Amino acid sequence: MAKVVGDIVIDIEKCKGCGVCIPACPQDVISLSKNVNGKGYNYAEPVNDDCTGCMNCAIVCPDGVITVYRKKIE
Amino acid sequence: MANITKEEIRKPENLVYKKTDLLTDKALSYCPGCGHGTTHRIIMEVLEEMDIQDKTIGIAPVGCSVLAYDFMNIDMQQAAHGRAPALATAIKRLMPEKFVFTYQGDGDLAAIGTAETIHACNRGENIVIIFINNGIYGMTGGQMAPTTLPGMKSSTSPYGRDTHLMGNPLKMTELVAQLPGTIYVTRQSVHTPSNVRKTKKAIRKAFENQKLNKGVSFVEVVSNCNSGWKMTPVQSNKWMEENMFPFYPLGDIKVNTD
Repeated sequence: MAKVVGDIVIDIEKCKGCGVCIPACPQDVISLSKNVNGKGYNYAEPVNDDCTGCMNCAIVCPDGVITVYRKKIE
Repeated sequence: MANITKEEIRKPENLVYKKTDLLTDKALSYCPGCGHGTTHRIIMEVLEEMDIQDKTIGIAPVGCSVLAYDFMNIDMQQAAHGRAPALATAIKRLMPEKFVFTYQGDGDLAAIGTAETIHACNRGENIVIIFINNGIYGMTGGQMAPTTLPGMKSSTSPYGRDTHLMGNPLKMTELVAQLPGTIYVTRQSVHTPSNVRKTKKAIRKAFENQKLNKGVSFVEVVSNCNSGWKMTPVQSNKWMEENMFPFYPLGDIKVNTD
């Protein structure tokens, strides 16, 4: 079976740290950073490599800051 | 899995999701976690998928989403408070080939604009109405709205809404479903991925209904207002599931597109 790997890129300056993406992720990839961005929000960041590129986080993100990539490994 | 680097995944041919270009690069003015942003994005995605962005005119309301015209990169018009359906009526009658939608909150659509909404729905204007219901006046500081639940606390009902004193909540969606001018009436939400997908389908159906020329398509989106409800975004989504959905059940209320 072809394996799928994904990756997300978060625009941390636009992220408002609402955390809605965290329960949406089935792989528990995202967590809120201890650091803050220019607006003072604890932005979301990927914490492990388990992403499958399912897009759930990007679909629920109210600010549309998440870009998703997905690649099949034969 | 370990033998593939992030740079190999982050290539344009592997891109599966990015923010649509129909939203401007301006940071949304909404509070963190607000359903408005998600709804804006899925409307724009629907327009992009249908390739009608150059023939669509949106009507911005008064309320939190008053600046919707700054974020949606299409033709927009700002209406007086509550009068978006009246303005949409005029635009659609003058330019029947355009796709016209209004984007309204509960203070705009269910309070000051009740007459305009009900009459536009009753006349069967060929427009799409998108109604964001968060049960509170978010922009002005969380005051009680017509859609506030019984017993729900707001800044003007600090002990909870007393229905004997303050009246009962208004179910606009059920109300307009009774009118012969509506062809598609549905209630959705945008707090989980599956609900966002369902809402997107509903909005797409609503825009496609405009080609039928038969009447109003009315999409209510039950949304959170974490600032007004004094909760975190994740708590407010949970509260919404537990308290809003029993009173405002999700699903299609009227589908009459034949």
